[in-house]
Amino acid sequence: MLYISVPLGKLVRRVSRLRGGGSALPGLVVEKIDPGFMQRTLSTLPHGVAVVSGTNGKTTTTKMVVELLESQGLKVFTNRTGSNFTRGVAAALLGEVDWRGRLRADVAVLELDEAHATHFVNRVPPRYSLLLNVLRDQLDRFGEIDKTAQLLQHIADKTTGTVVLNREDPRVARIAETLTGQDVQYFGLDDSLLSTFPNDDDMRAAPGSPAPAALPHKPAADVVLRKVGPDTADFEYDGATVTTAMKLRGVYNIFNAAAALTLARSICGGGAATADHATLLTALSQVEPAFGRGESLTVDGQPLDLVLVKNPSGFRLGLKSFPAGGYATMIAINDNYADGRDMSWLWDVEFDSLRDGGVDQLTGSRAYDMALRLQYDDVRIGGVQPEIAPALAAFIRDAKGKPKRIFCTYTAMLAIRRELSKITTVEVVS
Amino acid sequence: MTAESTGIGPDGVEQNSKGTIRVLQLYPRDMNIYGDWGNALVLKQRISWHGYTPELLEYNVGDEFPADVDLIVGGGGQDSGQLVIKDDLQSQAGVLTKLAEDGAPMLVICGLYQLFGRFFKTRLGSVIPGIGVLDVETHGTDERLIGNVRVATEEFGEVLGYENHSGQTTLGAGVRPLGTTAKGTGNNSSDGHEGARYKNVVASYLHGSLLPKNPAIADFLIRTAAERKYGTFTAGAPDDRYAVLAREHATRRPR
Repeated sequence: MLYISVPLGKLVRRVSRLRGGGSALPGLVVEKIDPGFMQRTLSTLPHGVAVVSGTNGKTTTTKMVVELLESQGLKVFTNRTGSNFTRGVAAALLGEVDWRGRLRADVAVLELDEAHATHFVNRVPPRYSLLLNVLRDQLDRFGEIDKTAQLLQHIADKTTGTVVLNREDPRVARIAETLTGQDVQYFGLDDSLLSTFPNDDDMRAAPGSPAPAALPHKPAADVVLRKVGPDTADFEYDGATVTTAMKLRGVYNIFNAAAALTLARSICGGGAATADHATLLTALSQVEPAFGRGESLTVDGQPLDLVLVKNPSGFRLGLKSFPAGGYATMIAINDNYADGRDMSWLWDVEFDSLRDGGVDQLTGSRAYDMALRLQYDDVRIGGVQPEIAPALAAFIRDAKGKPKRIFCTYTAMLAIRRELSKITTVEVVS
Repeated sequence: MTAESTGIGPDGVEQNSKGTIRVLQLYPRDMNIYGDWGNALVLKQRISWHGYTPELLEYNVGDEFPADVDLIVGGGGQDSGQLVIKDDLQSQAGVLTKLAEDGAPMLVICGLYQLFGRFFKTRLGSVIPGIGVLDVETHGTDERLIGNVRVATEEFGEVLGYENHSGQTTLGAGVRPLGTTAKGTGNNSSDGHEGARYKNVVASYLHGSLLPKNPAIADFLIRTAAERKYGTFTAGAPDDRYAVLAREHATRRPR
């Protein structure tokens, strides 16, 4: 079986790509006929496997970690298509191994969906894990936030080397309390920036009262994000603060850069002695957003920003990080499986910041739910059109000459990019 | 206790108000996971669209229970949130029961629906006592009931929302169901009932949030509050075209 599984899997991969099919089928095939394929292939990597998980920011953070490690001369295997399930990883591996099943890489950096990560880490214990946050997302899949925290705990338990944790998210930071053999590193945020991260616990708490699960003492962090400028950021590590240019926008993306730096430093063997910090920072300053995540395109000579919003915290952060002034605004809300079917989260976002300019166009399968939400926050509504293609055309036509911004759920973002690719250049992710 | 509004209408003019309606949110800090703020916001706005002045109050663990409350709304929460509030809720059982018996309008969703009943027995067998306003009991299960729901009701027409719970509730003789599920599961996986009705208490597993897309329930609560306080209710004319369209689209979405 061993000798035919890889060629057969690669063959299925070629055929399914020719047919324009999904990325996971070849992974499924190789998993069926050769269940040990993934574990066997990944276990050969000299630096092992690093897993990135959490509710928000996995894709952008994984991309950053990959680019940081590549700047250090490492050859990195990653699941770039965003198919972050086990069979997606197997499919991505098939594309990278040679016909005899050998993977030429130093390290694997894998983005894993919280729920599917459990299956993966049971089979391939990672040497490193990076756990970003536990936000109120996809409760239709997990039921409760506490359940999501348990899933991340399991990833940490299975990690053999270093676990990197978000110091500012109590549910994530507390994972350290039960770990025994692992090395724990934190990434953190300056107190002055905490207010830009409204979290679910203090959303409706009385002003000034602590979140219920806050840690009594903040542990020291390996990398701390100290300050965010218009296109720069200050990070503190090894006792000094450095300023670097950033192409990423949105405080939450830049906070994830602290996470990526911490993980990259761990993989490179710790502090300044082994990682070349000048090249790390140069690489960080050049990271572009992952597709749809704070991406800026050009339409009619004006910028058009896509801001992915998947949960109340993400939407509130998006509204805070990308102020409405001077921009035409569209909101696209779908409730397909990948978006989450539950619409209640829209009621946990306050939209007063859009009151001055109003919202020019609403679209998506839940456009009218969004309209209803805005009505109750006294926000002026331009057009409502559930079909995305005509809504996008109307938005671009009516907002001619103005910078534009679209807040969109995941599948709405995919549809918008498809439409935009007909009129402008949009990065193609293969 | 904090008041978010001082009793002056959104236009700042109070002399045209038909009167103040005081809405109390129960435990918004610990029981608010499924968009429960939406229910409070809808009550606040519709009270003012009907020409009355809304006053939003909060009650959290350890607060003094406010006097002269006209309408009560309580939300869902995680199991951990229920554990945080359970003792405090018992300490307010008397005042809440008296209000319910006197006909005060109340809306309780999911977690507080369960705790307004007689008890919630968890999957592992421990019993969280409820306050017994509603003759219902809830048993924790391994099965999670999740998805879009449509409920046929006599009082409010079709009620639309989204459910997400593992506790299953059965109704005693002292309450009647809110309605019968046409899509989704509702109270439990056996009898096809959703929610509970007793006097002017409306209890339901539906969030989504419930009131924005079901303004008939919001207006029932507001009308009842006004009639109890002022003897009469005269309705305004809220613009419900988006609610109507959102309802139409919601009925066509998959489970």
